[in-house]
Amino acid sequence: MTESRDVILQLRDLKTYFALRQGVFQRVTGFVKAVDGINLDIYRGEVLGLVGESGCGKTTLGKSILQLIRPTAGEITYHGADGTDGAVDMCCLSDAEMVAYRKKLQIVFQDPHSSLNPAFTIFGSLQDPLKKYGVKSKKERRKIIGDLLEAVNLQRDYMDRYPHEFSGGQRQRIGIARALSVEPELIVCDEAVSALDVSIQAQVLQLLMDLKKKRNLTYIFITHDLSVTEYICDRIAVMYLGRIVELAHTEDLYEHRLHPYTQALLSSIPVADLDRKTKRIVLEGDVPSPINPPSGCPFHPRCRFAKDICSTEVPALRKVVTGGKEHHVSCHLVDDTVTAA
Amino acid sequence: MANSALNRKFDRIRALEEAGELKPLTGSRALRKMMNNRLAMVGVVIFLIILLSAIFAPLLTAHSPTKIDLRSMLQSPSGEHWFGTDKTGRDVFARVLYGGRVSILVGLGSALLAALIGVGVGCYTGYKGGILDVIALRVSEIFMSFPQIILVLLLVSIAGQSLANLIVIFVLTGWGGMYRLARARMLSLREEEYVQALRSFGISTPMICYKHILPNALGPIMVNITLTTAMFILAEAGLSFLGLGVPLNIPTWGNILNVAKDLRVLQNNWWMWLPVGMVISLFVLSVNFIGDGLRDSTDPSQQG
Amino acid sequence: MTGEVALSVKNLKTFFYTNNRCNKAVNGVSFDIKKGRTLCVVGESGCGKSVTASTIMQLLPSLSRIEEGSITYHAEAGDIRIDQLDRDGKEMRRIRGSEIAMIFQDPMTALNPVYTIGFQIGESLKYHTDLSAKARHAKVVDLLANMGIPEPERRAKEYPHKYSGGMRQRALIAMAMSCNPKILIADEPTTALDVTIQAQIFRLMDELKEQHGTAIMLITHDMGVVAELADEVIVMYMGNIVEAGTVDDILRRPKHPYTRALLDSIPVLGRGRNQDIKSIRGATPDPYQRPKGCQFSPRCDFATETCSAMPDEEYITETHRVSCHHYKDISQHD
Repeated sequence: MTESRDVILQLRDLKTYFALRQGVFQRVTGFVKAVDGINLDIYRGEVLGLVGESGCGKTTLGKSILQLIRPTAGEITYHGADGTDGAVDMCCLSDAEMVAYRKKLQIVFQDPHSSLNPAFTIFGSLQDPLKKYGVKSKKERRKIIGDLLEAVNLQRDYMDRYPHEFSGGQRQRIGIARALSVEPELIVCDEAVSALDVSIQAQVLQLLMDLKKKRNLTYIFITHDLSVTEYICDRIAVMYLGRIVELAHTEDLYEHRLHPYTQALLSSIPVADLDRKTKRIVLEGDVPSPINPPSGCPFHPRCRFAKDICSTEVPALRKVVTGGKEHHVSCHLVDDTVTAA
Repeated sequence: MANSALNRKFDRIRALEEAGELKPLTGSRALRKMMNNRLAMVGVVIFLIILLSAIFAPLLTAHSPTKIDLRSMLQSPSGEHWFGTDKTGRDVFARVLYGGRVSILVGLGSALLAALIGVGVGCYTGYKGGILDVIALRVSEIFMSFPQIILVLLLVSIAGQSLANLIVIFVLTGWGGMYRLARARMLSLREEEYVQALRSFGISTPMICYKHILPNALGPIMVNITLTTAMFILAEAGLSFLGLGVPLNIPTWGNILNVAKDLRVLQNNWWMWLPVGMVISLFVLSVNFIGDGLRDSTDPSQQG
Repeated sequence: MTGEVALSVKNLKTFFYTNNRCNKAVNGVSFDIKKGRTLCVVGESGCGKSVTASTIMQLLPSLSRIEEGSITYHAEAGDIRIDQLDRDGKEMRRIRGSEIAMIFQDPMTALNPVYTIGFQIGESLKYHTDLSAKARHAKVVDLLANMGIPEPERRAKEYPHKYSGGMRQRALIAMAMSCNPKILIADEPTTALDVTIQAQIFRLMDELKEQHGTAIMLITHDMGVVAELADEVIVMYMGNIVEAGTVDDILRRPKHPYTRALLDSIPVLGRGRNQDIKSIRGATPDPYQRPKGCQFSPRCDFATETCSAMPDEEYITETHRVSCHHYKDISQHD
């Protein structure tokens, strides 16, 4: 894999804040800084993992990319294949202009129980997007949906059933089929396997990898499960309080954990292998509120290496090289911690 | 032991299950639960009997509800006049049947219209949120804070007594409740992931909220429509009894009851008010049974 | 003391009778919970692991009952047959909380938002001990401090909404531990929590086990948690125990095809990108249309005709038991 690949999405200084309102007049009293200045390039054909704990802004970032939540500031530039569609900043588009790009970017959700409309059959749920993108005849829509269901290893005639007749894993496949229906280039998988039983999780992961190969897809894989990201992702971005603290190729991240947060996070994952028990770094305290994030490095109150500079200056995401590959980390003390790790 | 009945039921189910005689349940769970609810089914039967006899009134009685027959005033019930006759010789049975048409029309019609407006507004603003939602909420509060009876007095004195006026007043005072219900359902349903998925395809807002979300909110709305129908029928009867409802020349259940204001009628001519009073009570009761049954059957948290 | 049996379950069957059907949620399970040990019950959703826990606590919903088997609590004063006690009787209420305590999956809903944390912990002490109000308060503060909650004096006076998820789970553990129960049943206690917080809770549970000799029954779906905490493991599938043994038996020498398949289907941290993951084909069956005999047979690669009869439990070693007709043939493939 070369570093100079085809970029599909470029995020520049992306910020998504939620206003906190109070009182009769709905006065704005503060902001939840869910996503706070993200710079990220997503390459065509890669699987990028976004990991972090709840409240770190990974889901908000996913939804901001799809413009399901409008970002407060920053740019999300979409680059069409081979430069055919040019480069467009999607944050500046109106809802109507955005429609053309909705076809390119899709999402698969976490909860298989709420991701399908219980009042409609599978065909009923999946046909409206097709109608919207110009498939006029019902016969043709039935054919397309049948093909999609087969693509996710389900039977064609399932399309006339209701969601409650399916198991969690089957629903998740249908959710994937729905995302594929408009032939997107990039799919955001928002905790797509987290709610599934482990035996089913493996089926869905393998399906996702299969589809990626066949359809040349790009995934943004949002999850809190670092064992899954290690298996499926090419690159991983670790988020903490709305920022990326570390971004690296998967093998690099697991071998050279530079940021103290990544070290603690990886060490606290229970590993189902008695021969791989590692010494756990137990972090004290909780994730601070994103309403009043700590000054300087957001991680410094829980960091065991924290120095004076950490509480005053926000560290930038810098490029370092580990194992001959690009590795980005935002920590003032990265050299110190490399030796400590 | 107090649980022995329950234990016997468990034994029976287990025996059937082990014999492989229980089939997977098919069809709508809500419908099945409704069918198993005895009270609700009694309600449905009574409701249908009253509704159908009102609709097919000409087939059930040869008498006219409005024809005055001075030769047969104040007759007690007989084979000819089942519920007797009133002070001007009109057949009370015919009046109850034909009166049912208007009363049910007012009750059900107003409830449906109120639901149409309330749900129509509530669905859209509840989904969309923002300033539109705040405005709709405040407007509904204004309407709901007016006392119904004062509004009726006001409108009757301005526009005169008429059926249409009554329906308008019922709708004006009734849509707020429906609106709030629909809005509350929308606020929780709009967070469902299938809604997010539709948005990610760029499907338009009216399409999402009316076609895709509304069917999921229909359960509680149906319950509310039935209960509101019962409420409006009672309100019509009450207002007509006071002489403020439907004009007296049109037979309605309330107008028939109107005669009972006369103490002499109340004491001597029981047939003029007792049958119609019972029909009103039965009808309202049956509608309430149906409403409760619907609520239980559409509530997923209740097992059975 | 450690290793002494605190509670034994024999051939327990719990069936549910909702919607006029009979669901054999727990269909004949036997195991012991031992003092100072952690017993992990693992399995996928619908395997009956949570139902087993609520049966022990007699916290089942009304449309269900214990069909067969026994649950014996070995109290200091003599054995108590929990399955024969009245669900809401005085004796059962005494046991719940003071002898056996339970913590739940969702710390967000398990606390009452209108009372302070201190009050809610004190409540349990009030019913199960005869401490004075002052002594109770002191004990509450002490418990919170032991659970690693900073400034316990002040925190005891706060309401649950001021607590984060991890702190609430600690408060719940404090509540569960307030009367020094002999047995702690934890039903997926960290599933709703983040991994760094999960690590804190695990450290706490290990301390309880070592310092108080508490017997812990931990219900989980995560093999990683099993590897971290368990001394003994039970693997459940569709209401039956398919395999049980020490953590070494299960993770290093799994015999049952389901246990093996389960272990093969999870990505393990540190094994890198090209690790071989095998998914289990099919899905867990509908509880109302159970396969005959071995419940795993329709999804099992080794299934034969003999599998349409329910296999007996066989002891491979003193600690390791498995219920599979073919376990000997399967292990020859290794």
